Amino acid sequence: MDDVLAVRDLRMRYGKTDVLDGVSFAARHGEVLALLGPNGAGKTTTIEILEGFRMRSAGEVSVLATDPAHGGEAWRARTGVVLQSWRDHGKWQVRELLAHLGRYYAPYSTASITRPWDPDDLLETVGLTAHARKRVRHLSGGQRRRLDVAIGIVGRPELLFLDEPTAGFDPEARRDFHDVVHRLTDLEQTTILLTTHDLDEAERLADRILVLAGGTIIADGSADELARTMSGQSEVRWSRDGQRFVHAADDATAFVRELFRQYGESIEDLEVRRATLEDTYMALVRQAEHGARPKLTVVAA
Amino acid sequence: MTPELVAARAGLSRGWIEFRQTLTTPGDLASIVFMTGGFLVAMIWTRHTTLPGTHFSLGTTMLASVLGLNIATYGIIRTGDLIVIEREDGTLLRAKAVPNGMLGYLIGKVVNISAQIVFAVAITLLIGAFLFAGLAIGSPGRWLTLVWVLVLGLLATLPLGAMLGSLFTSTRSAGGPMLLLLAGLAAISGIFYPITHLPVFLQWIGQVFPLYWLGLGMRSALLPHSLAAVEIGHSWRHLATFGVLAAWSVAGLVLAPVVLRRMARRESGSAVAARHEKVMRGV
Repeated sequence: MDDVLAVRDLRMRYGKTDVLDGVSFAARHGEVLALLGPNGAGKTTTIEILEGFRMRSAGEVSVLATDPAHGGEAWRARTGVVLQSWRDHGKWQVRELLAHLGRYYAPYSTASITRPWDPDDLLETVGLTAHARKRVRHLSGGQRRRLDVAIGIVGRPELLFLDEPTAGFDPEARRDFHDVVHRLTDLEQTTILLTTHDLDEAERLADRILVLAGGTIIADGSADELARTMSGQSEVRWSRDGQRFVHAADDATAFVRELFRQYGESIEDLEVRRATLEDTYMALVRQAEHGARPKLTVVAA
Repeated sequence: MTPELVAARAGLSRGWIEFRQTLTTPGDLASIVFMTGGFLVAMIWTRHTTLPGTHFSLGTTMLASVLGLNIATYGIIRTGDLIVIEREDGTLLRAKAVPNGMLGYLIGKVVNISAQIVFAVAITLLIGAFLFAGLAIGSPGRWLTLVWVLVLGLLATLPLGAMLGSLFTSTRSAGGPMLLLLAGLAAISGIFYPITHLPVFLQWIGQVFPLYWLGLGMRSALLPHSLAAVEIGHSWRHLATFGVLAAWSVAGLVLAPVVLRRMARRESGSAVAARHEKVMRGV
């Protein structure tokens, strides 16, 4: 099995609510995957199940060829985790903490991967060299985040989880963070799964975007692919007999002509517009969130 | 070296680093100084009061008992507090995300708390030795008693603190009840006044818990032999002290891993975030 990550028909149910309702996807070695979706779509639940921090209700999950529900310490050593918000180890000095947490990974070195990452090199990579002796709680928000990433990768993980890595960032901190991730993927061939609700971020960082909404993956492809299949076209909206439709058409004029030829007077509320990737994403999400399937039908092109 | 051994050694240095941080963080140091100072003031206050039925200073007796109380306070309250705080701020989850990190975390906690206890006991004893007359220190046998009571006290109280810390979900809900519990226990454990002056049923309750035996053990190490006369059974009861503390130790060491594992299993990023949000909302 070549996939670093393989999820099939993953389900998570809290009480009577299905948060995840059949999620399936896979990631190959070295791929950067963005799990994109609105707040509450189940992104964090998904990533926590993959991290081995949460039990799933049903489905098959394989992370580095292991079920994360039964992943041992050797498996743990091959993964890295960066959560939404860390506030831990405030009294520790930056370098001291990296060196300490690195020690646990040393016995898990392999012929091809030397663990852990040297703390000074790592500080340089994330741009914290100047703050090596600072106490963690005295770092700015952006610096703290970079430290979190450094801790996440100190064991040279083969797979790194980033949960909403830039939530609450100002634009500069966000750009810094993106630089760190790019450096990481260029240098280390690390497979990365990140969650975000920001399409722009997903486009910037990911080789492939998975759109999670309403408990399932509703789109899966590179930003280019998504743009080509969804936004290279025009979006035609209309209603007929009180039911609303949306159609993505390569040739909107021809499509509308055909529409009128077939239905004539019963076509109402006609709207034609060239959709951006963002439009398409928003439409997909809105539809999935409000369960608006009866009113709005996405017709495959 | 096996990964577990590597983690255990990392845990030892972790504990030492944390202890150093305690001594260099003004707030943490202040809490140790205030507590030690507070007890010393109470002892000085009662320096000229005599232990009922003797001509011996109540303050000096209290000094010995307070060393026992120190062990229980740090071992139970401080350990519990730290675990609650570090669950809330994500330290525990971090330990979970690192291979064998929980092992290192726990060893670090034991080392840190033990060092704090030794530190508090040492300064109380040092200052007390200057301020109070009548301490019977000097012979190797007495130091030996002090050490075994101390070590057994750590074993009996630390797992207890760790378990209590796992039961409470937020710093707000934990501090009060734990402190009240200990204050109540101190009142019936003969720390500030001889237990023999309490109603018999309270004496029995007091003797169930480790605090009474920690105080008794410390008194036996530091006070003249003649003072055994005011204790229950007119004896220092070393065998019983060893037995009760050992029983608490065994029970704690068997149960604590189970309770801690259960607690750790529930830790996740969203659990930490939810707790944080609750604190921020002031619930």
